[in-house]
Amino acid sequence: MSQGTLYDKVWDRHKVADLPNGQDQLFIGLHLIHEVTSPQPFSELRERGIEVPYPERNVATVDHIVPTRPEGRERPLADESAEGMLTALERNTSEAGIQFYGLDSEKQGITHVVAPELGLTQPGMTVVCGDSHTATHGAFGAIAFGIGTSQVRDVLASQCVAADKADVRRIEVDGTLGPGVHSKDLILKIIAELGVDGGVGYVYEYGGEAVHDLSMEERLAVCNMSIEGGARAGYINPDETTYEFLRGREFAPEGEAFEERKAYWESISSDADAEYDDVVHLDADDLEPMVTWGTTPGQAVGIGERVPAPEDLPEGKREAARTAQEHTGVTPGERMAGYDIDVAFLGTCTNGRVSDFREAAAVLEGREVHDDVRALAVPGSQTVKSKLEAEGVDEIFRAAGFDWREAGCSMCLAMNDDSLEGDERCASSSNRNYVGRQGSKDGRTVLMSPAMVAAAAVAGEVTDVRDLGVVA
Amino acid sequence: MKVRRVAGTGVPVRGDDIDTDQIIPARFLKTTTWEGLDEYAFYDARRDDDGELNDHPFNEYKGANVLVVNDNFGCGSSREHAPRALARWGVEAIVGESFAEIFADNCKSLGIPAATTDAETVEELQTFIEENPDAGIELDVVDETVTYDGKTVDVDIDEAMRGALVQGIWDTVALLRSNMDAIDETAADLPYVDSR
Repeated sequence: MSQGTLYDKVWDRHKVADLPNGQDQLFIGLHLIHEVTSPQPFSELRERGIEVPYPERNVATVDHIVPTRPEGRERPLADESAEGMLTALERNTSEAGIQFYGLDSEKQGITHVVAPELGLTQPGMTVVCGDSHTATHGAFGAIAFGIGTSQVRDVLASQCVAADKADVRRIEVDGTLGPGVHSKDLILKIIAELGVDGGVGYVYEYGGEAVHDLSMEERLAVCNMSIEGGARAGYINPDETTYEFLRGREFAPEGEAFEERKAYWESISSDADAEYDDVVHLDADDLEPMVTWGTTPGQAVGIGERVPAPEDLPEGKREAARTAQEHTGVTPGERMAGYDIDVAFLGTCTNGRVSDFREAAAVLEGREVHDDVRALAVPGSQTVKSKLEAEGVDEIFRAAGFDWREAGCSMCLAMNDDSLEGDERCASSSNRNYVGRQGSKDGRTVLMSPAMVAAAAVAGEVTDVRDLGVVA
Repeated sequence: MKVRRVAGTGVPVRGDDIDTDQIIPARFLKTTTWEGLDEYAFYDARRDDDGELNDHPFNEYKGANVLVVNDNFGCGSSREHAPRALARWGVEAIVGESFAEIFADNCKSLGIPAATTDAETVEELQTFIEENPDAGIELDVVDETVTYDGKTVDVDIDEAMRGALVQGIWDTVALLRSNMDAIDETAADLPYVDSR
């Protein structure tokens, strides 16, 4: 087992007890709540007469089911089931005394966008949410992981989960990301290399020069997709980038208290001589923009590489590759550049932050979305939206022909009105390309960075953003 | 309730990396209860474009309770609706090559053992069920074995899962709340939790 890592130290600080089933009881510093995985737990607590013991360590917002068209957000929502879920969350959080950022709040948005930007997520915390992309918060040097609904109930009832300690794999990325290459490309490369189940039993510690050089927003995108590599959590040791991001945020400590807290943050970082269960090296220098050709996030290649022939893959991966290529309609041996696109989707907990839209806007400025493409820009939070509007970034999107929306999960999983139709092909900044993920079982999703989505939107096909002469 | 063995008949669902969106598509999660989820288990694979049932195993092996799957089953979204939908359909145990972690945790929370074994054994088991849909299959959680076709093969069940199921302590609420004082002590020792 690992020793002296951030994971070990934070785990030890939060361990409450050894449980008779062999698991550890872990205190949860921040529990994020949304409308999809919380109604049943609150009902069960009510039935059992249990009160939430630490309401102040829980925060809720609404994201999965919210309409993103401004005119669709009036209450009651047109979709009765969505309205029912929102109403339940309002009632549940109000009765339990839990902070809720609802549709009427200017801070509403995707849980994994909202918590970082409010300074709720901090280094050395344990963070859980009934959503697999909770891994996002590891970017701060927190242990953050997704849980099921029964565990949501456990956290509400005790502020704890029963958990098994995982092994720690250090992913050391040397070198520097080139122009037009982003952290999304880096994480897609990691998943393509290690496999979609390569991280099962591990948490990933990302480090090395290329990771150190990433901004907080870029780090959030990397940690967000840890789960797509099978690792339930991923983290980056906190450093000056982390501290500077937190300074002045609503829930971050101020003044002297900030410096005191910083001492804790520094103390939980992995030791220089920390022992890892596994170490993997990667070089960022040769990395190019990545795109998926199949139906898992691991079926990805560089934009200049050729789509593999199933018979060239290891035996266990051939059948899945054949099925995937039949679904996506790609031809082995070809490059993904030139793959026709019907929809461009920018947003989500992976790439719905301010810098993501700025990068895409740099590509879109002075250009227009291709006639055959419908293009959606969905900010990850209302805060992201208002910031971009203050900068005039929304104007670039609108002028290019993008539909500029309100915050939500939108077409990432299509629990609202935003959805692929028929066998549409989507250039997407989201995290999953599984069959049916974007709301149509015949729809095709090609994962890529925000800059690459913008390039695809303009060209009407998958395109190397670097060929557009923009260093976004 | 203790879960020591599950006996019944099998249902094979073939394919690697079957994610929870395929087990239950997101559009069916718009509910505040667990009612009726069985309708939506593997919905998109179970029905053709006109909504008619096709030849998916979940349409053909009604009454089965031991699901046999391949590699990395239940990856993707953390939604507990996925194992809940399988359970409501009738699944009481799952045997597969491997499971995504959150999915396996969710199975444990529901008292559904998720046992793993090698690809060859899974293949044999799936083929056996396809050829003998009415034949009995038994998963022994205590001994970590699957018995079918007159033979017994070893399987693995995660230790925490096995312990919880065999001892009947997979409802963790009471377990966690029995340590309330220790919870408060741990919290009080954390620099970011306000003293109370």
